[in-house]
Amino acid sequence: MGWLYYQYLLITGIYVLEPWEQSVFNTLLFTAVAMVIYTSYVFVPVHVHLALDFFSELVRGQPESTVALIN
Amino acid sequence: MTESAGNKKEDCHAANGVKPGRNGMVKNHHHHHQYQKQEKVYHAACNGELYSRPFIESFEETPMLVAVLTYMGYGILTIFGYLRDFMREWKIEKCHIAREREEQKDFVPLYQDFENFYTRNLYMRIRDSWNRPICGVPGAKFDLVERSSKDYNWTFEYTGRVVKNVINLGSYNYLGFAENTGSCATAAGDVTVKFGVGVASTRQEMGNLDRHEELEKLVASFLGVESAMAFAMGFATNSMNIPAIAGKGCLILSDELNHASLVLGARLSGSTIRVFKHNNMQSLEKLLRDAIVHGQPRTHRPWKKILILVEGIYSMEGSIIRLPEVIALKKKYKAYLYLDEAHSIGALGPSGRGVVEYFGLDPKDVDIMMGTFTKSFGASGGYIGGRKDLIDYLRTHSHSAIYATSMSPPVLEQIITSMKCIMGEDGMTIGRSRIQRLAENTVYFRRRLREMGFIIYGNNDSPVVPMMLYMPAKIGAFGREMLKRNIGVVVVGFPATPIIESRARFCISAAHSKEMLDRALDVISEVGDLLQLKYSRHKALPSLDRPFDETTYEENEE
Repeated sequence: MGWLYYQYLLITGIYVLEPWEQSVFNTLLFTAVAMVIYTSYVFVPVHVHLALDFFSELVRGQPESTVALIN
Repeated sequence: MTESAGNKKEDCHAANGVKPGRNGMVKNHHHHHQYQKQEKVYHAACNGELYSRPFIESFEETPMLVAVLTYMGYGILTIFGYLRDFMREWKIEKCHIAREREEQKDFVPLYQDFENFYTRNLYMRIRDSWNRPICGVPGAKFDLVERSSKDYNWTFEYTGRVVKNVINLGSYNYLGFAENTGSCATAAGDVTVKFGVGVASTRQEMGNLDRHEELEKLVASFLGVESAMAFAMGFATNSMNIPAIAGKGCLILSDELNHASLVLGARLSGSTIRVFKHNNMQSLEKLLRDAIVHGQPRTHRPWKKILILVEGIYSMEGSIIRLPEVIALKKKYKAYLYLDEAHSIGALGPSGRGVVEYFGLDPKDVDIMMGTFTKSFGASGGYIGGRKDLIDYLRTHSHSAIYATSMSPPVLEQIITSMKCIMGEDGMTIGRSRIQRLAENTVYFRRRLREMGFIIYGNNDSPVVPMMLYMPAKIGAFGREMLKRNIGVVVVGFPATPIIESRARFCISAAHSKEMLDRALDVISEVGDLLQLKYSRHKALPSLDRPFDETTYEENEE
């Protein structure tokens, strides 16, 4: 775990920053990641559901209502 | 590889002429495939008939992921740099660096604020890896003054302790003549008693000692040239003598990775400067041909003279100049050749006579042989060797001959003794065995590093070994981790290298014993694992990456 954090420090370059700058960076990154996860948790199921509906209707063929419209 | 050299434009380079076009690169690609088959033949036997020995040079390309991460790291650091600058501007934190005085704030700025953004916000954070004071001889091992910083490297304080027995992988001490015992040190001490240390005059006035004359004769015979001249400073040898040789109406063709002293000299001379790609003979030939066909811009008069500026070993790349090809081109197009052997003299060739001997060439084919005493000879200063009329001309026309205080006697003596030792004139084989030792150490060290999976640049026989680090944080981390394990290394970052190609540069010395190198290699491997530096994806020995060009060398080609 310590090794992993060390690699993270080196690759992002924040190894050379002062501790308070590191915490600013970590906080920002953590917030951004948390928000991404939260939004995906909230919105992805809805979108997946809609998409599934859409595709399943395509597969099922023409809905009856359009036929009724033409008539 | 060669192609990456295209964007490897040195930061401080002159290019007031036409830069080499990119057409050459496409051509290169084409020939690369065409010659792919032949590569192995060259690799095994010989690189064409011009080379007397295999010429193996590799520049493994940067892995894409590493390049992306490196840029990202610089991006993050730049953002924090702006943040800190903003805070300094609004006086939230104290500014340590020189800034304009309040009452001069409407003047033209004295300290350009943006230009040292990099120094202020990136270099300062890892400054502890540079400028470390040492106490003692920088031989194979040395002692460092321990220092610490409470304000993140803005100021240092000395703790009063000394870090003992640090293995020195940074000094240009190729033949191990930086020592405080032995014949050189004794001779220098004796001379100090006789002549004193200072000369207090220039060569043209009262500062010309008999030892100076002796040194110059010795240098001339060492190099195999008619005459030679010594200067007290290596940098000034380049920057002050090129203006004496070239002038307005002359054309200087300079390698893109030439040292700052050559660049400065070329700029001071007032000649037109054109830059060719690093060690790329197609690029050089194209420039030469264009120069002869088109002549000077606008007037189309022929150039007064064309001078090719190259170095023997490039200290940042560890590459060796393709001298046989350069000499062939120079003869074909009747240009002059200025060869800077700062790193190669003493370090290359079976008897240490530099890159000319390494390739088995005739020193008379190089018009101006320049080199320094600072590296292999463990002293200071530089020399120029060549035909007698050239040296006589320089004696009367060069600024560093007229204005510079002449060399100090102990320095002279160090050079004379070490050079005699290399030549074997002291009746011993110490010099010869040191040269051999250096060659063995170099090959061993490079081979081991490559086997470990590091990306190593340069020629197999070059004692300068650049190892790629790439990411900005790893520059600082590598220096610190190595020092923690008692090994002193030089790490190099942006202004000296292209921005993503940060590296550590090891200089191998004949003074290193096998045990020291093994210890150093173990530590490098350990730190390499810790920092994930083993980027190389070539498992076998990288083959000759550069295409062998189609240039013809017959003089009467038409």
